[in-house]
Amino acid sequence: MTETARLDASRAVLPLFAGALFLLVVLPVGWLAVFAFSDHAGHFTLSNFRLLVTDPSFRDPLVTALALAVSVSVICSAVAAPMGYLVARTDMPFRRPVRLLVMASFVTPPFLGAIAWELLAAPNSGLLNQLYRAARGADPDVVLFDIYTFWGLAFAICCYTFPYVFVLVANALDRIPADLEDASSMLGGSAARTARKVTIPLALPALLAGALVAFLQTMTLFGSPAILALPAGFHVITTKIWSLFQYPPKPELAAAASLPLLLLTVVLLRAQAKILGRRGYTVVGGKSGEVRPVALGGWRWPAFAFCFAVLCLSVLLPYGALFNAAFSRIPSQPLTFSNFTFSHFQFVFQELSSTKLAIKNTFYLGMSAATCGTIFALVIASLTARAATLGTRALSFLATAPIAIPGITLGVGLFLAYTRGPVVLYGTLWILLLAYVTIELPAAYQQLQAAFRGISGELEEASRILGASRLGTLRRVTAPLLGPSLVATWCFIFVAVMRELSAAVILFTSETKVLSVLIFDLNESGDLAAISVLGLTMLVLTAVILVAANRIPGFTGGMKLGRRI
Amino acid sequence: MRTHRLTRRQVLQGLAATSLALPLLGRKAFGAAPAPSKVTPGLIEAAKKEGEAIWYTAVDLPVAERLGKAFEAKYPGMTLRVERSGGERIFQRISQEYGSNLHKVDVVNSSDAAHFVVWKREGMLAPYVPEDVALHYPKDQQDPDGLFATWRAWLCVIGYNTKLVKKEDAPKSYKDLLDPKWMGKIVKAHPGYSGTILTATYQIARDVGWDYFEKLSKQKVMQVQSSADPPKRLALGERAIMADGNEYNLFQLKEKGDPVEIVYPTEGTPLIVGPTGVLKDAPHPNGARLFQSYLFSPEAQKLMVDFGGLRSFHALVKDKEGRTPLKDIKLMKDDPVAVEKQADEIKAKYTSYFKV
Repeated sequence: MTETARLDASRAVLPLFAGALFLLVVLPVGWLAVFAFSDHAGHFTLSNFRLLVTDPSFRDPLVTALALAVSVSVICSAVAAPMGYLVARTDMPFRRPVRLLVMASFVTPPFLGAIAWELLAAPNSGLLNQLYRAARGADPDVVLFDIYTFWGLAFAICCYTFPYVFVLVANALDRIPADLEDASSMLGGSAARTARKVTIPLALPALLAGALVAFLQTMTLFGSPAILALPAGFHVITTKIWSLFQYPPKPELAAAASLPLLLLTVVLLRAQAKILGRRGYTVVGGKSGEVRPVALGGWRWPAFAFCFAVLCLSVLLPYGALFNAAFSRIPSQPLTFSNFTFSHFQFVFQELSSTKLAIKNTFYLGMSAATCGTIFALVIASLTARAATLGTRALSFLATAPIAIPGITLGVGLFLAYTRGPVVLYGTLWILLLAYVTIELPAAYQQLQAAFRGISGELEEASRILGASRLGTLRRVTAPLLGPSLVATWCFIFVAVMRELSAAVILFTSETKVLSVLIFDLNESGDLAAISVLGLTMLVLTAVILVAANRIPGFTGGMKLGRRI
Repeated sequence: MRTHRLTRRQVLQGLAATSLALPLLGRKAFGAAPAPSKVTPGLIEAAKKEGEAIWYTAVDLPVAERLGKAFEAKYPGMTLRVERSGGERIFQRISQEYGSNLHKVDVVNSSDAAHFVVWKREGMLAPYVPEDVALHYPKDQQDPDGLFATWRAWLCVIGYNTKLVKKEDAPKSYKDLLDPKWMGKIVKAHPGYSGTILTATYQIARDVGWDYFEKLSKQKVMQVQSSADPPKRLALGERAIMADGNEYNLFQLKEKGDPVEIVYPTEGTPLIVGPTGVLKDAPHPNGARLFQSYLFSPEAQKLMVDFGGLRSFHALVKDKEGRTPLKDIKLMKDDPVAVEKQADEIKAKYTSYFKV
């Protein structure tokens, strides 16, 4: 009797979560589709799409975005794959600090990085260009770097996208046991040959996945293009969608322009699944064999120099520039004793009236989105990991589907869904929470699903045999075993909320402003010093929260952020 | 001094003559402004009970925040929240919010007077005439129904960085900006984001011609959003010339010692007026009225002029020493009604030239 009651409780969970996911995913996308096929008066039409294909002001941004995404994906793979290999499989010095600094680049919001690179490489006022001219005694017209170009933008995006590729490749290489490599060397293969014939092919699926993630991230990125592409004189598809919200807003066109982005993402993910399905990670298995680092010999230091150079570009120089701008009277002047000032801090914390509100909102949202998202992902993963019924497969699909929805598209969809009845959420923090949870759910779900696979079912079965219900087992047995993964997932979502701009920029109102939007607004009026102060504050607060989360008793060891994306 | 003031006001009146037509667009043809309101202890008490006022404004952020802090200091217990954004984005935000029945804003100030034509037509504004407006402001800078008044005025000017450009080489007119020697050296704001630039673009296109913009777009212009941004890029030394942007930012920077200089183009300089009004559905109706009265008080106007570099219509507030008085500048005519009608067309045409 009690057994059936318990079964019912856990059975009720499935439809409940399926319903919630429906609201999170299907509703906004549904509204998007409705609007894309409507004219201003609400009648059915195809004219939005006709305009999209025929009007060069829509076609060009799409082509530019594609070119940008391909470039970024290629560059990131070329840089991050060797880095991942060096860190995971060789005896290069300072491997741990390198990993840590890659994580620092990962927690840096791309829009903040783009602004930092404005400070460094704006053609005339950029610190690097000034330094170069001073060193060479060159003419004021001589420009070493120009960030306001297609390649400047591609570069600035690469700096904050390569960690995705790096993490995937390094984690895959971490898991490849040494026996396969041993076999190769026993059969007479040299170290280079073993790497070429065994290690690299085994890591290829991860590299491919990384390249795809980099492509999708770039395609759907809003912040960096909004900051760098406009001065450079071109649009990408996300900035174009955003510009359609200028008065008079054209949500129909914005919806129509969002759909190609959605379709492209779905197609690419299917393609990836097909390719990976054939090669498969399953080659990687077993618990035998320590990872044996490859001795680099004389190449140890050049290898480190390469990693250091990459980290200089993505972390050390940009944060240096932000630090300089935060304390220098004029942001483009190198800091000296004479131009040192606290006035920007004073402005941000005493005069700027939305600072406190934005920090408060951001951290409430970060915490609650991370907590809700983790719980959500945990329950769904527990339901799908141990049983493969039709219901759980649908649940799994819904939980993964948002990965195909770009942030700005979801923002438009949620805006359309919740600005009209019956439930009006626009103007509240709830709509932002919905957006964040939806956007980050796939990554959280995939991380926890993988963690579930790592735990043998025996312990859970023991608990069930001893009479615990399915949910009780999840709470008392499985969740504690998953501790580190839970913390990692929580941190991952928290960081992602800090980085998110594209959905927030559509959904915020004055009372629900978040830090990313505040920084974006300050950029509009050119207040670079205030941005630097806010950016540094954001980094410090994020670091504090992440360290605190990893100190929770019983949950330690989860610092490996974003193990799986 | 007295004659100077009169002359200046006459100049402004003459130039803003078209804004006279502005109120006529309202439903009521005859002025029915409410009696002027004093700041009474009762109003202050009621405002303090609400504790807050929210101001959407397009004025430069430090100026807005400074005013907010001065207001809070004058009325302890009040908090003023500043929402600064480009005029066009404010307009977009309010229409987005009101479209969802969200009434978040108490007092609104735009850099595009045409917005008030729309808000008045939609019946979104509350009649409220601060005493200062009734006593000290020219009639042509007030809505006859008492829904709004010109809180600030400024010019959209050309500027250059004095470290990068010698005075004798500096451009003197819009036509000068088309010289190939400025290729890649110009920064410019965008009419899709900034109300100032939209208004200025209308005036320049009307008086100088669209072909000016077409040719300018071939000069590899650095395109930014807000009209407050080009002066800052100029001060940074990022570009040598700004094709348009706020005079008041240049005043601020110049008086701080930054290497910037203002040019009033020979074809004429666009005059921009920025009205302010109280929303009918303001969430803090008393706080809104208290703040509106404060904004038009001599002390706020003086702060706005001295610290902010703006131009005031308040009869008791004088321009700061060393700034060129308006009467010595050839100005272009303001026409909010035309801007309201052509806004979309202007933005579309601009985008077709500048590609963004």
